[in-house]
Order: sequence, then C-alpha cells, then structure tokens
Amino acid sequence: MADSLPTEFDVVIIGTGLPESILAAACSRSGQRVLHLDSRSYYGGNWASFSFSGLLSWLEYQQNSDIVEESTASWQGLIHETEEAITLRKKDESIQHIEVFCYASQDMDDNIEETDALQKNTSSVTSSTTTKPLNSACLSEETHSLYATGHELPAKGTPKSDGEISLEVTDVEDTLAKEKYCGDKTCIHTVSDGDKDENKPIEEDNTDQPKRNKITYSQIVKESRRFNIDLVSKLLYSQGLLIDLLIKSNVSRYAEFKNVTRILAFREGKVEQVPCSRADVFNSKELTMVEKRILMKFLTFCLDYEQHPDQYQAFVQCSFSEYLQTKKLTPNLQHFVLHSIAMTESSCSTIDGLKATKNFLRCLGRFGNTPFLFPLYGQGEIPQCFCRMCAVFGGIYCLRHKVQCLVVDKESGRCKAIIDHLGQRINAKYFIVEDSYLSEETCSNIQYKQISRAVLITDQSILKADSDQQISILVVPPVESGTCAVRVTELCSSTMTCMKDTYLVHLICSSSKTAREDLELVVKKLFTPFTETEIDKEELTKPRLLWALYFNMRDSSGISRSSYNGLPSNVYVCSGPDCGLGNEHAVKQAETLFQEIFPNEEFCPPPPNPEDIIFDGDDKQPEAPGTNNIIMAKLDSSDEVKT
Amino acid sequence: MHGRLKVKTSEEQAEAKRLEREQKLKLYQSATQTVFQKRQAGELDESVLELTSQILGANPDFATLWNCRREVLQQLEAQKSPEELAALVKTELGFLESCLRVNPKSYGTWHHRCWLLGRLPEPNWARELELCARFLEVDERNFHCWDYRRFVAAQAPVPPAEELAFTDSLITRNFSNYSSWHYRSCLLPQLHPQPDSGPQGRLPEDVLLKELELVQNAFFTDPNDQSAWFYHRWLLGRADPQDALRCLHVSRDEACLTVSFSRPVLVGSGTETLLLIVDKSPLAVEWRTPDGRTRPSHVWLCDLPAASLNDQLPQHTFRVIWTAGDAQKECVLLKGRREGWCRDSATDEQLFRCELSVEKSTVLQSELESCKELQELEPENKWCLLTIILLMRALDPLLYEKETLQYFQTLKAVDPMRAAYLDDLRSKFLLENSVLKMEYAEVRVLHLGHKDLTVLCHLEQLLLVTHLDLSHNRLRALPPALAALRCLEVLQANDNAIESLDGVTSLPRLQELSLCNNRLRQSTLLQPLASCPRLALLHLQGNPLCQAVGTSEHLAELLPSVNSILT
Repeated sequence: MADSLPTEFDVVIIGTGLPESILAAACSRSGQRVLHLDSRSYYGGNWASFSFSGLLSWLEYQQNSDIVEESTASWQGLIHETEEAITLRKKDESIQHIEVFCYASQDMDDNIEETDALQKNTSSVTSSTTTKPLNSACLSEETHSLYATGHELPAKGTPKSDGEISLEVTDVEDTLAKEKYCGDKTCIHTVSDGDKDENKPIEEDNTDQPKRNKITYSQIVKESRRFNIDLVSKLLYSQGLLIDLLIKSNVSRYAEFKNVTRILAFREGKVEQVPCSRADVFNSKELTMVEKRILMKFLTFCLDYEQHPDQYQAFVQCSFSEYLQTKKLTPNLQHFVLHSIAMTESSCSTIDGLKATKNFLRCLGRFGNTPFLFPLYGQGEIPQCFCRMCAVFGGIYCLRHKVQCLVVDKESGRCKAIIDHLGQRINAKYFIVEDSYLSEETCSNIQYKQISRAVLITDQSILKADSDQQISILVVPPVESGTCAVRVTELCSSTMTCMKDTYLVHLICSSSKTAREDLELVVKKLFTPFTETEIDKEELTKPRLLWALYFNMRDSSGISRSSYNGLPSNVYVCSGPDCGLGNEHAVKQAETLFQEIFPNEEFCPPPPNPEDIIFDGDDKQPEAPGTNNIIMAKLDSSDEVKT
Repeated sequence: MHGRLKVKTSEEQAEAKRLEREQKLKLYQSATQTVFQKRQAGELDESVLELTSQILGANPDFATLWNCRREVLQQLEAQKSPEELAALVKTELGFLESCLRVNPKSYGTWHHRCWLLGRLPEPNWARELELCARFLEVDERNFHCWDYRRFVAAQAPVPPAEELAFTDSLITRNFSNYSSWHYRSCLLPQLHPQPDSGPQGRLPEDVLLKELELVQNAFFTDPNDQSAWFYHRWLLGRADPQDALRCLHVSRDEACLTVSFSRPVLVGSGTETLLLIVDKSPLAVEWRTPDGRTRPSHVWLCDLPAASLNDQLPQHTFRVIWTAGDAQKECVLLKGRREGWCRDSATDEQLFRCELSVEKSTVLQSELESCKELQELEPENKWCLLTIILLMRALDPLLYEKETLQYFQTLKAVDPMRAAYLDDLRSKFLLENSVLKMEYAEVRVLHLGHKDLTVLCHLEQLLLVTHLDLSHNRLRALPPALAALRCLEVLQANDNAIESLDGVTSLPRLQELSLCNNRLRQSTLLQPLASCPRLALLHLQGNPLCQAVGTSEHLAELLPSVNSILT
C-alpha cells in the first residue's frame, strides 16, 4: 500500500498527536491535500490510550533503547546537489524513568479462560514472575497468544538475562522501598504477597467493611481490552476551546463523553467532596448554613468579578490565598476554592485566581454538575476523531511510516520534500512535525520541562458514594513548599477505560524529580498496596493498589519556534502534551499554526448539512443519507458516485 | 467534473425550504378538512384515527382533533373484540408518547392520556410512573408531567412515602422547583395525619423541623429563589380555621341584632343558615348586610320585633347558631340596658389570623434567628426581610412593633416595585396592633391617627367601637366595610386624601363626622351620609367642594337632618 503513495501533497504532517491531528483536519477541510504520517503503530503519539496489554508492549518498546533497526532504504543518494537534508530522530525519547509495580495477586485461577480477543501486543511484562511455580496458566496463556500472533516474545518466568528489564520480587515489608536500577535505568517491580497461601480468604472486617472483590493480575490481563489507559491525564473544560472546536467542526459526532461527577478535595488527611454547583451546595451535609451562603456569594461574585473591581482592586498585589482570607471564607471553603475550584498554586495572584474560578464556574452546568467532560474510551479518542475528519475530506493516513529526513532546497532555504523509510521522496509545500521527531541536533539548545505521571489500577474509589460509577478529580496541594500540587483523576469502569470493579487513577504534576519520587508520597496517602494479609483497619479503608506505573514525559509545550536549530520557514513544529488540565494549549497551537500557514482560510468551519450537498452535473439531486458517505465515496472511486 | 463537493447557496436553500413548507401546509389542510367532513358525516372509524395521527403527530396542541379521537375510540370500544382493543390501546399509548416528544407541555396530549388510562380495565401504572420519571428527568419543572404524575400516583396508588422520596430526588437536583415543593406540601400531611383534635394540615414537630432544615438549606444557598420561601411559609402557616362567630351585639334603640363572623359568609342561601333563638324559642328574621348588598360578608344583622326587647322582663337571651360551621354564640340584654354583647376576647384566641403560626413558638423563634443571620449576610434580600416581619408578627406583634416598622422601611427601600403592597401590609399590621391594644384596655375608643395608614381593614372587628380617629393618614376612601361599625358615634378622618365616602352609610348612631382637609370634590359624594339618621355635625373645611358655588345650599338640600355643616 505504502509503495503506491502519491508523491505530491500540499501538507505533510508527521505525528498524530492532538495538535497535529487538529491541523490535519483543518488543512484537509479547507481543501488541502494532506498526508498524515506516524512512525508508530498507533494513533496519538504521547496522547494515545492503550489497552492493558497494549500499554505493556508500549512500555517494553520505550525501554528497549536500541530496537533492531528495520532495514531502511538509504536516502543519501536521493538528495540532489542543490539540496541538503535534515535528518529526523529514529527513536522517540520523550518518555523516561518508567517503573512498574504489580501488587495484585499473581495466583492463577484455573477457571480463568481468556475470553478476550487475541492479544496482539502481549509482551514480556504481561506476566510477571512470582517466586512460585504457579504460573502455568499464565504461561499457557502467553503461549496461546504467541501461537495466535506469531509475535516474538521473550522468555517467560525468568528474569531477562540481558539486564534491560529486571523483574524483581519484593516482599510486602519493603513494598515500595526496594528497587534496583539496572540497564537503562528502568526497572520492573513485581511486588507479590509475602504470604503465599492463596487459599486464605481475605480477612474482612465485616462490621464496617463491605466485601471487596479480589481482582487478580490474571483477571486484569484477561480483561486487557476493557482498559483504555491514557498517557496524558487531561479532561475537557465544558466551555473550553476543545469542546468549542469539536462542536463547531462537528468532529464531536465521532466521540462520546461523560461528565465528571465529583470534584474532590484532600484536606487534613481526608478526601471529601467539594460542593461547587448550586445543587451541590444545597445538598452538602458538611457545610453549615452560613458557609453555604458565604460560598455561594463568593462564587456568584467570581462569575462576574470584572464588574465589581471595588471587591478586589485593593488585593491585586496579594496572592489569591491571601485574598481569600479577607473574604470571610472559613478555612475549608478557602481550601475548596483555592485547590479544587481555581486549582491554582497558593502563590497565584488574585486576578489569576479569580480568572481561574470564573472559568471553572462558567463551565459548570453546561453538560452537568461539574465543569469537566471525559471522553469515553479515553483521551486517545480525540486525536483519532480529528484524523477521521481529515480522512473524510480526503486526507491520506499511514501509520508505521518513518520519515528519514526533510529535504531542503539550498537556494530558497525552504523544505521541498520528505524521504520515507522506503526511500520514497514525497513533495509538499508545508511540513508539520511533532517535536519528538526532531533530531538532537535540531533541539540541541532546548531545555525541556518534564511531566511526572502515574497510572494506577485500584479496587475501590478514593471516596465511596452511593454509586460506584464516579469520575472524580482531586488536587492534592503541595506537601512542602517547592513541590507541585498533584492532580488526581479517578475513572470508573463506565468510562470504558477500566474493567468492572476496578478504578483507573491518573496522577500528574510537573516534575522536580523522577515521576515516582514526585508522586509516591501522594499515592501512599491515598492508597494502600494490595495484600492478602490482615492489615490495620485504617489502612483497610483506603482503596488498594493492584498495579502501578510511573513515568516521566517530556513537556515541549513552552518551547518557542526560534529555539530549534536550522528549521526551514515552511516547517512547523507541534509540541507534545503539556501538564495542564485542559487541552487549550494544543487547540491554540493548532489554530495559530493554521492561521500562519493559511492566513485566509477559516479554521475548521462547520461541515455543510447533508441535504445542502450537491454534485456538479448531478442536477441538484442530493440523495445523501449523510455527508460522510458521499465524500467517502468520492475518495474511493469517483466513477461510482454518479447515479 | 463529476462528484465534486458543492454546497447549495443560501437562495437555493431558502427556496427548497419554502417548497417543502408549502407542501406540508397543503397536506395539513387537506387532512384537517377530511377529518372534519368525516366527523360531520358520523364516519368515526379507524381512518379518522389515522388522519388525526398525522396531524397531531406534527401539532399535538390541536384540541378538537383529540376530541375527535376520543369519539372514535368510544365508538370502537363497542365494536371491537378485547384483543383488538388491547392492540388499539397499545398503539394509542405509543402515539401519545411520540406526541409528547414533539411537545412535552401539550395540554391536550396529557389530558388524552389521563382519559385513556382512566378507561382501561387494567392500566399499567408502573409504566406510567416510569414515563413521568423520564419526562421529569429531561425537565424537572414540567408541571404538566407533575400533574399527570399526581394523577397516576393517586390511581395506582403509590404510597405517599415513595412519592415523597421522588420529590426528594428532584429537589436534590434543582431546588427551584415549585411543583416538587408543592407536592411535598400535599404528601406530608397524608404521611403524618394529625389526631382528630389537632389542627388539620399541620405536621408533627420532628417532621416540621426536618423540612425546615431542608428549606433553610435552599434559601441559604440561593436566597433569591422564591419557591423555597413559599414552601417555608407553608410550613409555618396553619390550616384555615373553622368558621366561628366572633361577636354578637344587640341594640335596644335600633331594635337590631348584629353578628360578626371569622370569615365572610353568605347567610340565607341554601342550607347555610343562621338561626336565631330568643329566650329559647326560635325567631324567624331577615338577615342583611350593613351595606345592604347580598354577598359574602363578615357582618350580618337583623331587625328584632318589639316583643323580644320588652324592657319589663329582667333579661332577654339571644342565641345564634351558624349551621354550616357548627358555631354558636349567646348574649344577654339586661333590663334597663341599651345594648348587650358577647365577643371573643383578644387573648382567648388570636384575633387576627397571622400568616405564620405553629404550635411551638420555639420553632418560630429559631426560624427568626436563622433568618436574621441570613439577613446579616444578605441585608437586601426581600424574601428574608418579609419572612422576618411575618415571623415577628406571629411571635408577638406588639413586642416587635417597632422593629417590624424598621424592617418595613428597609424592605420598601430594597423593593420599591412593591411599595404600595408593603404600605397596605404595614397598615394592616398597625391596625391589628391598635385593635389589640384597645382590646387589652377594654375601651371602645380607637385612635388610629398619624399612622401613615393607606388602607383600612379588619373593620368587622370594630363592631363595638364608638369613637374612631383616623386623622392624619393617607387614606383615599372610607370603604363600604365601614358600615359594619354599628355603634360608631364619632368619626374623625381629617387630613387624609379621602375621595369617597361609600362606607359612611346607615350608621345608626353616627352623630359627628370630621372630614377636614380631604379631597372631596363634589357635594353629591356626600349622598351616603343621608342614610345616617343621627348625624348632626359635619366638618368639611379644606375640601375642594368648599370652593364650588352653591355648595352650602346643595348640601342643605342633600342632608336636611344634619344640623350643622361646616364648610
């Protein structure tokens, strides 16, 4: 298929992250011939979502630095004398410090049969070792997938000898404490239960503990497809740029969303729900009557604070937290406003705090009682939706398609073409490249920020409620000054991102150390590692960790275009995900770049109504059931279209 | 070039729309016509159902067509087998649902559903409840659906506790919901019936306190939401009192007996009659109102025959019985006395029905406290201010009089749109206070001067007053109800803005009337005074009519029996 790629395009886009995908849709929608490439086998780049086994193979890929280079055609011979080449990076290096911990019981239940579809991407990490020779079921499962897919799998049941990945078994006593760094600074931990009696029932305190379902690792693997694990941790503001764009461009038809159900706060060691809407305040049992009034009054004021400068003018020099202290708000209300509603750092200025609060309130009530939406099946759906829009309007897609270099015309200094891994030269007018594809040489002046991420699979919600299907967001304020607040998002199974009876928890903060160092403290506060032995009651009330992953992701959002070395003017750079909660940065970047490239074109205008579409020479007889069909048909074979 | 995407221009779009609409209109009109023709011809068959479906499906508010459908269905009921009918009903229910999706607030559609469900031998009420829940999910304030839900809940029947839980869930979602609060006010008395002796419609204290907490949550969250305040007032209010006779008065001079009721009643019609028993034997009398109009009135009177007022006997006993309200009262006229009366004392039972009243004043007191707390936070909230005033009145009108007046002032400033209403309310409260004070002092003289009154009310309570001072107020009329003051001898109403004197009529004992500095423009306005037999002194200085030529002559002609008219 790739052999027959056309060689002339208007725009070539490399990378399928959110800004690139939005740009692809916008370009294609405005009539440009778009070629959209990604060297990876999946859409989304660092914005992707994976099934559990998909994530494991992603991890493995990230950790193997020197993957056997597929044979690539040499490109040097394709460069003319009047041209020079800018090579692109061969391997993405935006992910670092990966650490995996497995707490779920490794005991294999013989009744488990793999009902899931064949796992194509099962990798070494899927079945971690235990010290017991009990892994036969697991092994047979692996064999099964091995048979089915013919993928090469590393040997199971023994630590890899080459030292790249080490499987470590630790006892419960030193759960998180012990780890070995080996090889490429990555390390896989398997924390298994110290007590090996698998027949021992979980000791439950029946008086105040509901029966907990025991989820085993093999169940997680078996239900791998139920998981859609995001690499980024983001939500959509109900009135944010991305929602506006999705609606305006009608891309929203490709996705489904759920409203976040709760805003939580972590105060004095306890998780509590933050009343932020009118209904929440009314129903809150925690607030006194007077607190209700004061909170509502303050929030109502924030909604149009610009109209009442007298209320804050004197405090513009102060921090937002100092300002809140002057507003008669009780300490818990101050905490709610500062950390859960404005979601700002304590040092943020009064004006910024008011702005953030207003934005939160503005988004409230559009789709539900909280200001945020989460896309079903994960954030990774969103870039794909834009790609689909691009394809509907004629864009061509190739995954697993590497680009070796950009070809620059020496005289004009403009980029003319790319050369792909097959040695094909593809010409275009404009080139859009995701940051992680740029070579070290191009990026040599750049100091990247880092994002610390954790992904947890747990057995219970951090705040139990009547319904177990809750989507919650929680900001844990910095423990000590100098560290960052940690944002926690807990997803339930109805978001289609995790299996029944589990929760998928994302943690994020901007890095000061490695992800685990940044986030472990918060994880320990909120969760307790899974064990089958009796632990004290206080610990039992916390949700238990079944599996945890830490990693650092590069944050290229703040990099200015001019920092890159020697890029031709018609090569545009998109950044990877930022640390923010919303997707505002990606949308803004896509729109800015689009306006730069096509100053006279509208950015993602609404598509025409199906009934308004006519074909030339068709005598105004639209009989289209839907836009897509027609345009798709056009793409496929224009001869067939005419009735 | 084939298959190229092209989008219609806006003119083309408009034209296509126009054509489409024209076509629709034609279809609509012809279908309507056919239905009417068939109905006229009595052809009420299934084709009418089909045709009306087409029209109602697009416009469910066509009431005549729903009537048409009912006629057809009634006809078919007689003709079809039970199986066929069941199928017909099923289609009809489905059709109604599709109409409700077109317009969830269609009167005709909901009514038709009530009608249909009411006729079914085995209606599936559970399904109907589910339907209501769905529609209220979409719009929790759809009062049409609330109406229907109450109908279903009554028919099913659904236990009130379940319905109460349902209102809970909707109030939780959005408490600005009159329907939900209202439904609670219907369900709670059903759930907690009072023992027979207790006042009907009241709640036991623990329930009341829980409801008060709920509603306080609402108005502390959003004090500008009216629905919560209205529910609050219902909670603290009391049920209508039973009819009572407040006062009975016999006058020997006028040979007249006067009765005042706790509410306006119509005497003499049907079974609701007022029986008079004089000295243990019934006496047939003609009852009339003081102003002569036959309509519900607080005060009714009758003439007594000379025999029942014979001054030779030591005493006469008069008993009146109000058959409709099972109320009675008795008074005695002693030998040598000009009059006799019996009345409820102000302390026996509260004279004036306050809007708020619960058994325990501690509840009211704590409500007052929390409202004051809210008022501190929201000094300009009119609902809060008004509730404070009402609570103070219910607790102790005289103790809080001064404070109440201050709150009235604040309230008028923050709610200028309702200034006139507030003035009237304030007048009412002041008048009530004055009457209370008079009652405590046990006098028959009432001073209402310099009180800024804008309206006179509770005049039926002043049956026994002989001297009334209304001077220096903002009154614009002496209203017809004034005619109830059967004992009034002196009336001072100087320095008001009085333009009419309709109420100064047939006052048997009125001797002196002062109306200086008012707005009486024509001497004909004084016509009612002619019916006051004892009027001797009339002050009219400072009225516009004094400037007119020939006023004195005209007045002398109009009121020949008045000795002295000062202009």
